[in-house]
Amino acid sequence: MADSPIPLDPFARFRAATRARIGLGRSGDAMPLRPLLDFQLAHAQARDAVHGRVDWDRVAEALPSGPVLSVHSAAPDRQTYLRRPDLGRRLDESSAAGLSDGGWDLALVVADGLSAAAVQSWAAPTIAAILDRLPDWRIAPVVFASQARVAIGDPIGEKLGAQLVAVLIGERPGLSAADSLGIYLTYAPRSGRRDSERNCISNIHGGGLSPQQAADKLVWLARQARHLRLTGVDLKEDARSAESIEAGAPRLDLDAEPFAR
Amino acid sequence: MPRYAVNAGGERHVFSDLKTVMACASPRRSGDELAGLAADSELHRVAARMVLADLPLTVFLSEALVPYEEDEVTRLIVDGHDRVAFAPVSHMTVGQFRDWLLSYAATSEVLAALAPGLTPEMVAAVSKLMRNADLIAVAAKCRVVTAFRSTLGLPGRLGSRLQPNHPTDDPLGIAASTLDGLLFGIGDAVIGINPATDNVSACVTLLSMLDEVRTRFDIPTQTCVLTHVTNSIQAIERGAPLDLVFQSIAGTEAANRGFGVSLSMLAEAQAAALSLGRGTVGTDVMYFETGQGSALSADAHHGLDQQTVEVRAYGVARAFSPLLVNTVVGFIGPEYLYDSKQIIRAGLEDHCCGKLLGVPMGVDVCYTNHAEADQDDMDVLMTLLGTAGVNFVIAVPGADDVMLNYQSLSYHDVLGLRHLLDLRPAPEFESWLGRMGMLDSTGRLAPLSAGAQPIAHLLGQGA
Repeated sequence: MADSPIPLDPFARFRAATRARIGLGRSGDAMPLRPLLDFQLAHAQARDAVHGRVDWDRVAEALPSGPVLSVHSAAPDRQTYLRRPDLGRRLDESSAAGLSDGGWDLALVVADGLSAAAVQSWAAPTIAAILDRLPDWRIAPVVFASQARVAIGDPIGEKLGAQLVAVLIGERPGLSAADSLGIYLTYAPRSGRRDSERNCISNIHGGGLSPQQAADKLVWLARQARHLRLTGVDLKEDARSAESIEAGAPRLDLDAEPFAR
Repeated sequence: MPRYAVNAGGERHVFSDLKTVMACASPRRSGDELAGLAADSELHRVAARMVLADLPLTVFLSEALVPYEEDEVTRLIVDGHDRVAFAPVSHMTVGQFRDWLLSYAATSEVLAALAPGLTPEMVAAVSKLMRNADLIAVAAKCRVVTAFRSTLGLPGRLGSRLQPNHPTDDPLGIAASTLDGLLFGIGDAVIGINPATDNVSACVTLLSMLDEVRTRFDIPTQTCVLTHVTNSIQAIERGAPLDLVFQSIAGTEAANRGFGVSLSMLAEAQAAALSLGRGTVGTDVMYFETGQGSALSADAHHGLDQQTVEVRAYGVARAFSPLLVNTVVGFIGPEYLYDSKQIIRAGLEDHCCGKLLGVPMGVDVCYTNHAEADQDDMDVLMTLLGTAGVNFVIAVPGADDVMLNYQSLSYHDVLGLRHLLDLRPAPEFESWLGRMGMLDSTGRLAPLSAGAQPIAHLLGQGA
């Protein structure tokens, strides 16, 4: 039986242990058509997530809170955004002018990042879960940021006068999850903060962390951050924090350390 | 008259210094544009190449692109330069050197003898005057042979790294991906894991597990956990069965500092791995990964274009007799290499430049989902690299790395490429495949039935 599908799957006992595409069979030397199309489907979903546009009105409708603010990065379009990460970290001029100091405890920023699908699916329920857990905090109107990278939270948080900023952002899609959301928390946000000064919760999607689990982690981190007056590696060094955050698969970061492998 | 100037296309083109000439002569790529170093027009780019072509190769010996006093990589390159080996080409301009590399006079033997006489900057410069076909033709003449438990880089051979990554380092999951790869004849260059949990204990656990699989089936290859060099040193101190020391490296001291390494640390790690004496057919114990854009990403490029900095990383690599070096060409992201045209070009440049310097060059033929590339483009690059004589490529199950979330080559791809171009695995590994009953009468790895003996042997007691 050279080229036909394998009747008995010798990999059966391994399949529950990994999502890797093992035991696919062969058409000659090549991948059989069925797994080839499965791969192309997953890649298409990832590509659509990267190049899709967030329907911000639908995200706003799903939010429990009142008014929202919309801002845009200095990257005018997706092509520029992909080539120029520096522009995705800055506000364009009119957006910067529209933000004023409100002396908030926390600002929540939703950024499209590299997955419109992630924002569409998970941003609103995650924000709702965060707000539920912080009834006594002064929280700024939610900010929607287009063509934005993680660090855009710095100028936003600074202009809003927020002690903490949490950026909910679409993560770079893999083939197994095209709609994964991440959250980056920064204490005393201002332009020029380093990635080592943030804490990250990653992998919020249907097969990863739930919005409730992510909100639990964020609220724990936010309280610790106010207590310690910092975020970043020094907050992570706390054993309990490190354990709970590492469990959230810290590898799917967005524009930090692209070479880390 | 300015030193770096030319009249071309009815315009006067002036370049302020040597590194500006180098940057402007580079094929267009997003990383150089991001850094503000790229030529601002196609005409200006070709003018830079005309200037570069007329410069003597010796200009790179008299003019350091990164200051000698500030950078230990520059000191390594300058102090290690072999003027005797350089003599045959010392009178040439960069342009004459390009023509000579393509000539029949530049044989494999001549190029091997020349390698210690070349600096990374000379090699980067000449590559900017070469088309893709030139990069393939010249690389195909270069042979860099290394060995540990298998011998890599021999003519007519194509090595492969088996990369069984798993998002939680699950032992059964890793075993499954490993055994699947072995059934495709993958893994003769190394079975190498990028760990999801990156600390010394996890590293020791994975090293022990990989060594157990290797010894159980008596596979003539080497295993590696791609962790930081300091973790590997500690793992050795704890008695872990470590074959190869891995490290990501870059082309400047500052960029290496960003990776948390220095030349002295690499030397210490090499000595520690050598002390174990685990190689059977050779003593090359280092494995390095590189990639265009890593220095810019660390804000440590000293105003050099990303390809020139990348070639300086090969200057670092060759000081440590590596078994394996590969560029992770499409992994670093579209802000450095935007699309498949840029990725393919960079892959061919990296391979050719590494080989000219005497580095055992492999390539991770790969891309991320935010780059303008897909598996069709990887088909093109792997086939070009196969014809260019690449030492090894990387393969993962179904081309989908479920831990690093990017796409490389599949086991199928490497098997098909070997059969198409009549390239075989490393000789020791090929013999093992024969002993396992996986090769047919023509030496090819034909499909096996589900109950075939090699499958029963590997999977029956596989985990």
